[in-house]
Amino acid sequence: MHKLLNDSPGEKIMLLGNEAIARGAVEAGVAFATTYPGTPSSEISLNLFQMSRESDLYFEYSTNEKVALEVAAAAANSGLRTFCMMKHVGLNVAADPLMTLAYVGVTGGMVILSADDPAMFSSQNEQDNRYYAKFGGLPMLEPSSVAEAKEMIKGAFELSESLGQPVLLRTTTRINHSNAFVTLGKIQKPMTQGRFEKDPHRCVTVPAVSRGLHVKLLDKLEKATGLAESSSFNFIQGSGKFGIITNGVSFHYAEDAVKDLGIEDKVQILRLGFTNPLPEQMIKNFLGQCEKVLVIEEGEPFMEEAIKAFAQEEGIVIPINGKDRGGKSRGSKSTDLFSRLSEYDPAMVRGKVATYFGIDYTPAVKMEIADVPEIAMRPPNLCSGCSHRATFYEVKQAAKDMDVICPTDIGCYTLGFMPPLSMGDFVICMGSSVSTSCGFSKATDQKVVSFIGDSTFFHSGITGLVNAVFNRHNFTLVILENDITAMTGHQPHPGVDMERFGMDTFGRVNIEKLVRALGVEHVSIVKPFKVQKSIDIIKEALAFKGVSVIISQEPCILFAKSIGLKKSRPFMITDKCTDHKECINGIACPSFYIENDRVKIDADTCVGCALCAQICPENAIRPLKK
Amino acid sequence: METTRLVIVAVGGQGNLLASKVLGEAALISGVPVRMSEIHGMAQRGGVVESAIVFGEAKSSIISDGEADILLGFEPAETLRAINRCSKKTMVITNTATLPPFTVGIGKGNYPEVEEIKRLLVAKTAGLVALDAMALAREAGSPMSVNIVLLGALIQTGALGFTKENVIEAIRRRTKPAFLEKNLKAFELGIEAAKIN
Repeated sequence: MHKLLNDSPGEKIMLLGNEAIARGAVEAGVAFATTYPGTPSSEISLNLFQMSRESDLYFEYSTNEKVALEVAAAAANSGLRTFCMMKHVGLNVAADPLMTLAYVGVTGGMVILSADDPAMFSSQNEQDNRYYAKFGGLPMLEPSSVAEAKEMIKGAFELSESLGQPVLLRTTTRINHSNAFVTLGKIQKPMTQGRFEKDPHRCVTVPAVSRGLHVKLLDKLEKATGLAESSSFNFIQGSGKFGIITNGVSFHYAEDAVKDLGIEDKVQILRLGFTNPLPEQMIKNFLGQCEKVLVIEEGEPFMEEAIKAFAQEEGIVIPINGKDRGGKSRGSKSTDLFSRLSEYDPAMVRGKVATYFGIDYTPAVKMEIADVPEIAMRPPNLCSGCSHRATFYEVKQAAKDMDVICPTDIGCYTLGFMPPLSMGDFVICMGSSVSTSCGFSKATDQKVVSFIGDSTFFHSGITGLVNAVFNRHNFTLVILENDITAMTGHQPHPGVDMERFGMDTFGRVNIEKLVRALGVEHVSIVKPFKVQKSIDIIKEALAFKGVSVIISQEPCILFAKSIGLKKSRPFMITDKCTDHKECINGIACPSFYIENDRVKIDADTCVGCALCAQICPENAIRPLKK
Repeated sequence: METTRLVIVAVGGQGNLLASKVLGEAALISGVPVRMSEIHGMAQRGGVVESAIVFGEAKSSIISDGEADILLGFEPAETLRAINRCSKKTMVITNTATLPPFTVGIGKGNYPEVEEIKRLLVAKTAGLVALDAMALAREAGSPMSVNIVLLGALIQTGALGFTKENVIEAIRRRTKPAFLEKNLKAFELGIEAAKIN
């Protein structure tokens, strides 16, 4: 049985934040869950997927976040407890349904989780999604710890049902990817059979209906403010003339700071966990008891600006501060306030609390590192045997006499932008490789060759390709079909053969047939580990005037190895090597190393893709004989 | 117990996250509160994996620069790279078996001599235990047990205050039966290596 289905209330187990959230959803009796995977949210959905195989829970990997939210919206309007989770930028994709679902509301509890990523450990930006709650008019909860995240999702479902509104649960990476001991609660049996009751004056958002719904939304927000005032997720800790107002992980840094500085008798902390709408009266009362207030929140001054407005309404003139002017201090000077950049840490918060309230504090002496020699960085790299390396190399060879722009996309293959492959010139969001190719090909006379992974193509590449066919753009799109969503930890997508995993309840979309059906006139398939043949095919596609698509088919090697589809058959460099170094300089596979000035292959990591063997001018790279 | 802050640095694939989970389990068995944070976004693709483990009453789950009480490094250059997490009071335990970054492997980046790394760590911190955990793991029967060898060395220093028995119980709970015997041997070898260090 899945460890998160263990119905043993009171048991204490160590869980990753994302596991605790998945468990919390199960304890809340979640019946229906949808997602598109994205770090740092991916383990929530992975666990729900696994649990759905052995319980009544319906779970699906949807093609993108917009689809996931719409699928979930229907379930939540059929009365089911529904959970939809995604990374922060995923909510941009789902923003269209989000804004109007807020008007329509739900009949079953619905929680939308946004996993924000301050410091961008694995994201293209660090946007603060709390503004979506304010923007859309959605109630929002924010946990400070792993254990609280599990309890909060249960509270979120109840809140959602009491308001008839979806609730935004906003986490940050330090919640999703922290481990802590969590006490298991009782699992509530889900209600899995829904029924949709027709209600066109709520559910069909023509203007005449929506005008009324907007009024209702504001009424609901007023009711939500009342709930926030009495919510146990908002509380005051300690007492004193100095006030700290804080949320999320910053709460614990503030708590530790007050204790470390020995100012428990001087400082009271208002911890806000129900952060939209804010508990206005509670905050005003708190301000009234303080002589000076510091707002500690990662990201944007979301609470700070609202708190300053509350103070203005009450005529409270005490100093209230949070972010620096401009907010880009990086916390470098002790006199600075907080930054809008990156994440916070305990010492940073301790130092700023001390400075702001005028507490004596000697910061730790900084480690002297001037005499530490330079250590080469360890950037992530495409894996040994990764098929993307071969495809990039081949496109580079086929296009070597051309002035090429290479828009790329979000996935492992984004790493192709690094030298020596250097295939990747522009990336902003999922699916943008295709649509920006349209723009580049019209705006310039450069040749455009773009790259997109299979999962990303299903996510949001298809509409761009339809656009290209209709508007008669001129570029070559390379679809990297590796049969899995590799980057986020090997989730399925609509092109995956699920029967391979013994799951016979899935359909399958064939990328080649789809691309042809869209009207792309020049479609070719390459097997990237057949190097010369691939280069020839790619050259032909590049010469085509119009939209050409190359589908590069080869399974993700990490995944293929993990399911026993491939076994390593390492290669070695023989005496025939005359030291051209074309292998190491051209493809930079991490299995190469240099010993006594000669290239060698690490047999422990080489999987035997034979890419290097095919590009060696001396034919000196051969299978290792055991 | 007084708050003890442990930073573990490793290269993706070295088993850092399992080591963290074993220590978390040992904390539960020992009745010590614990919070852990990990960054592993690109781990499978050769990047650095870092865990922060906070034992005791502090509420934060991450560790600021200069505030690690113990630094456990699975790879010597990564241990040195994490020196900014340390202070004069930090105890350092490091593997001496190197895994040079790719750029070094192809002759394009600097990798300090292991003796130089050890000298710097000794000069800048409260103490260093350095051992070839890879050799000991092979001796225990599996190169995959580097993480458990290093846990043995960590426990032997006494810096965490966990008993050997509690950590062995945690290893039993957290490792697959097929690896258990090798891991227990690796743990003992780590302890012995730290004794003579």
